[in-house]
Amino acid sequence: MAVVATETPFHVLAVDDSLPDRKLIERLLKTSSFQVTTVDSGSKALQFLGIHDDDASTVSVHAHQLDVAVNLIITDYCMPGMTGYDLLKKIKESSSLRDIPVVIMSSENIPSRINRCLEEGADEFFLKPVRLSDMSKLKPHILKSRCRDHYQQEQQHQQSDSNSNDCSNPTNKSSSDSTGKRKAEDNGEILPQKNRPRHS
Amino acid sequence: MDYTNLRRQIISMKKSLFDQGYLDEQFNQLEELQDDSSPNFVDEVVALFFKDSSRLLTNIEQALEKYPQDFYRLDSLVYQFKGSGSSIGALRMKNECSMFKAHCNDRDLEGYRTLDDSSSIPASHSLLEQLHLIPWLTQMPPVTPEDKEGACHSEAEAGDIFSCKHKHQIKGPVST
Repeated sequence: MAVVATETPFHVLAVDDSLPDRKLIERLLKTSSFQVTTVDSGSKALQFLGIHDDDASTVSVHAHQLDVAVNLIITDYCMPGMTGYDLLKKIKESSSLRDIPVVIMSSENIPSRINRCLEEGADEFFLKPVRLSDMSKLKPHILKSRCRDHYQQEQQHQQSDSNSNDCSNPTNKSSSDSTGKRKAEDNGEILPQKNRPRHS
Repeated sequence: MDYTNLRRQIISMKKSLFDQGYLDEQFNQLEELQDDSSPNFVDEVVALFFKDSSRLLTNIEQALEKYPQDFYRLDSLVYQFKGSGSSIGALRMKNECSMFKAHCNDRDLEGYRTLDDSSSIPASHSLLEQLHLIPWLTQMPPVTPEDKEGACHSEAEAGDIFSCKHKHQIKGPVST
């Protein structure tokens, strides 16, 4: 019996404190076949991602950790409290989240701001209002990060094979796999060989 | 009920909003995002915009009444207002906000001491109330022969729907 791999949509977490903007980015993402979760602040984003401010730098082990893989985070820059830049930093400091691509949105075209974000590890910067045409720039970043994961997995798989003879199931890898996606792997969702890249 | 006249008026109003620079192409972008899976999208975004903007206008008004003026807070509020407007394509309002922000930067708000009708931001904002009518274009049923028979106004004597003394049952769009 042939098993057809069902293509799971990529999941994007969108962060914006503005009500109409959240509606707009949600619609843009859904129209582009993404699964979307929206939150209105950086701290809620971190909560959703399963880490808390105080232990962002450690691998968190919480019972309610990320149950659904997040493939990309898109956030507004100017938000009260935690800015998009602050959120970006926290994500990059987290060993479990740093490989998730992050896109920053801003209504202001300030080159020093843009550079600062890119230097901190943001993958892309969108000027608001965000348009449908911007959505096509997201998938390449997701696929790039998955390729990186796959390569890292292969490396580790080869190493553990040569170290011990057991064919360890990659889904049971130790925390050296540093993305927030590990939990979802048990469903075969993430393993690249079973999951063909989505075509837009 | 013959919707032809109403439809025509709304289309003309919409064109006027674009021609006079109250709306820009971002509004078209919103319309393009509306489809069968999200049939009330434009109406929903516009409703959220007004919900947001009424809150912001109240806060701006309160901030303007304080002495000494908190320019930092005012700047931040107008920035949010501008961003909100920009997302729905409210071009004129966006520009009014930019001018206001420039005055904030110069610590000079003489021209904007109170938000009364003569001030530009509420004026350009209240004109946008007309946006509530645009989604009706997609909500109105197509014109049928029965409509023409029972028409309250014939095309020849078509009057302004807003001043019609008959109570028309018009099913408007769903707003959140």
